[in-house]
Amino acid sequence: MRHLLDIQSLSSEEIAEILKLAENLKEILYRAIPKVPTLRGKLVLLLFYEPSTRTRFSFERACKVLSADTLSFSAKGSSLEKGESLLDTVKNLCAVGVNLVVIRHPFSGTPHFLAKHIKIPVVNAGDGAHEHPTQALLDLLTVKEKLNTLSDLKIAIIGDIKHSRVARSDILAFQKMGSSVYITGPATLLPEPREIDFFKLNPNKFKVCFKPKEALEGADVVIALRVQRERHGEPFIPSLKEYAENFGLTPRELELVKPGALLLHPGPINWGIELSHELQNYPFQVILDQVENGVAVRMAVLLSLLTGE
Amino acid sequence: MRILVRGGRIIDPSLGLDFVGDLLIEEGKIKGLAPKIEVTEEVREIDAKGLLVIPGLVDIHVHLREPGEEWKEDLESGTRAALSGGVLRLACMPNTKPPNDSPEVTTYILEEAKKKAYVTIYPIASITKGQLGKELTEFGRLKRAGAVALSDDGKWVADASLMKKALLYAKNFDLPIISHCEDPALSYKGQINEGNLSAKLGLKGIPFSAETIAVVRDLLLAKETQSPLHLAHLSVKENIPFLRWAKEEGIPFSAETCPHYFTLTEREVDGYNTLAKVNPPLRTEEDVQAIKIALKEGLIEVIASDHAPHSPLEKEVEFELASFGMIGLQFLLPLSFNLVREGLLNHLKLFEYLITNPSRVLKIDPPCFQEGRPAEIVLFNPEKEWIVTPEVLQSKSKNTPLLGRTLKGKVEAVILKEKVFLI
Repeated sequence: MRHLLDIQSLSSEEIAEILKLAENLKEILYRAIPKVPTLRGKLVLLLFYEPSTRTRFSFERACKVLSADTLSFSAKGSSLEKGESLLDTVKNLCAVGVNLVVIRHPFSGTPHFLAKHIKIPVVNAGDGAHEHPTQALLDLLTVKEKLNTLSDLKIAIIGDIKHSRVARSDILAFQKMGSSVYITGPATLLPEPREIDFFKLNPNKFKVCFKPKEALEGADVVIALRVQRERHGEPFIPSLKEYAENFGLTPRELELVKPGALLLHPGPINWGIELSHELQNYPFQVILDQVENGVAVRMAVLLSLLTGE
Repeated sequence: MRILVRGGRIIDPSLGLDFVGDLLIEEGKIKGLAPKIEVTEEVREIDAKGLLVIPGLVDIHVHLREPGEEWKEDLESGTRAALSGGVLRLACMPNTKPPNDSPEVTTYILEEAKKKAYVTIYPIASITKGQLGKELTEFGRLKRAGAVALSDDGKWVADASLMKKALLYAKNFDLPIISHCEDPALSYKGQINEGNLSAKLGLKGIPFSAETIAVVRDLLLAKETQSPLHLAHLSVKENIPFLRWAKEEGIPFSAETCPHYFTLTEREVDGYNTLAKVNPPLRTEEDVQAIKIALKEGLIEVIASDHAPHSPLEKEVEFELASFGMIGLQFLLPLSFNLVREGLLNHLKLFEYLITNPSRVLKIDPPCFQEGRPAEIVLFNPEKEWIVTPEVLQSKSKNTPLLGRTLKGKVEAVILKEKVFLI
């Protein structure tokens, strides 16, 4: 593995290896002094062209635990405002001596574009509506930890699938590990009918449901997605109230799932829209476990790419 | 000065000729053609054995970028690429900077062409001012300045009432209207074909409906106005039944496609290859086959390059920021000739699509081998293979997904009036 660009280019073995490494590394986070010198002297560039809280701090934390130095870049106050192109910016930053680039960008394929033009590893921290591979890896790790398996589960993903890079990565990742994925949401926010084939890694393990009930019934895992109001620019849903009433999750919907089924959400959550307020107390919501596992997964990714392990 | 082109396969779709023989040119004009010509006077002989000897191609869809974007292409470099591809007359689209929406720009293009163009240029002016789809341009003044057709290429005239007015008003001046069929609401923010690749790459897709809805609306308007309509660069299978219907109805229309739509598929963009980003987008294998059938059936009867040069500044960027378009002048003939190799078209038919049909759309006399006509002759070797490298591409821009590939069929020489260009 030279870069981590997306889930689609990873094999199930590669995914399993990263998860295993993450499981091993997670222990470091519980030490009295959670820091190891493994990546001392390595310089990681964090290039975030889009707002981020969890992902950005998670990568930064992962670097610090492994003793890598970080350079943080934000579009504001940089030469971007003088019109410098992305490629020129990154080439210049590489000349500063960076060993790895973590990039989040509003355009799909930007990490792939960089990977073609620079010599150091690139990690995709979310590109447009394409993929968010580390999010899928941390979702896998969370489910594996809680349910002790990743095969033969029914995973329900509900919400704005169309604009969600998390959904795209999760749909592929869970299927690759042997589970079934059912997606549901407003039909205007589901993949286009002509796009469906791509998501069917196994024809029997992927289904588009127009009735949320069908996806939720007997599910082992429910992944609720954020309504990405900022990404639309087009009226896909009549109103948020309409969305909440028809596609938002409440304790009533969760009566359909398997007892003990996990509830995941990649954050940030719009409480009262995709998740009702009562679900803050749902006993099997693992939203903060996801965040913690995010650090472990990112440590594993950085370590694999920077030491060739 | 006399030139004798000896022993080539002479094909002329205007005269319906297809035979092996000799072609004599005197003082830059066609002097005669026959199975065997003996010349006693001094003559330059060109051995054309194994070559096709054809009139110059007429490319109805070219972007030359002058005025305004000369770092991508200009009248000199673009027409040099045309010459190398055997295109001896071309119509240039109006999306320059400023756009060709006024007689001044049309005049400028023609004046500059006199100074530096290798081949004949026919400017296409825009249908609406600034190509904004709001107000019609001055069709009469544009025609007098030298415009041969009208198009808002790159944009559809989305206002149906305005498009109808354009079709009607064009009748006063015998100007064909060329439509870029794409409903912008359906293709909003679209980057590539809507399908498995758009799903894979997380890019907004351009659905077939964006094209076919526009095709059908414009055919209906052509039916109502009985004005000639030319449909540019068709790419999807779903158009076909509607084209068939339009033929049956006798609607005055012609349809065009480009070599990339019957040669390449959306798979070219995998890995975010901006060189394969084009509008309309490359579609699927099924569409490629459908376009071929439409060509075979004569539903589509014009092949044009849609030569659209862009520099690395527009292409070596994030996919969503990259400009649409690929160069095509030097690939027009080699790729189109595959239709003959595959048995879809015979030689005469292919050259109708590349010479006489586009000429008819533009209402110009096609290049032909009639005695006394100026020599506009292309010598094409259908068997010669060549590799697409930046060095052999004459355009200023090298944006093509074909870089590195081997193409079969090459223009070996062009005779243009008194001049002989060996390519």
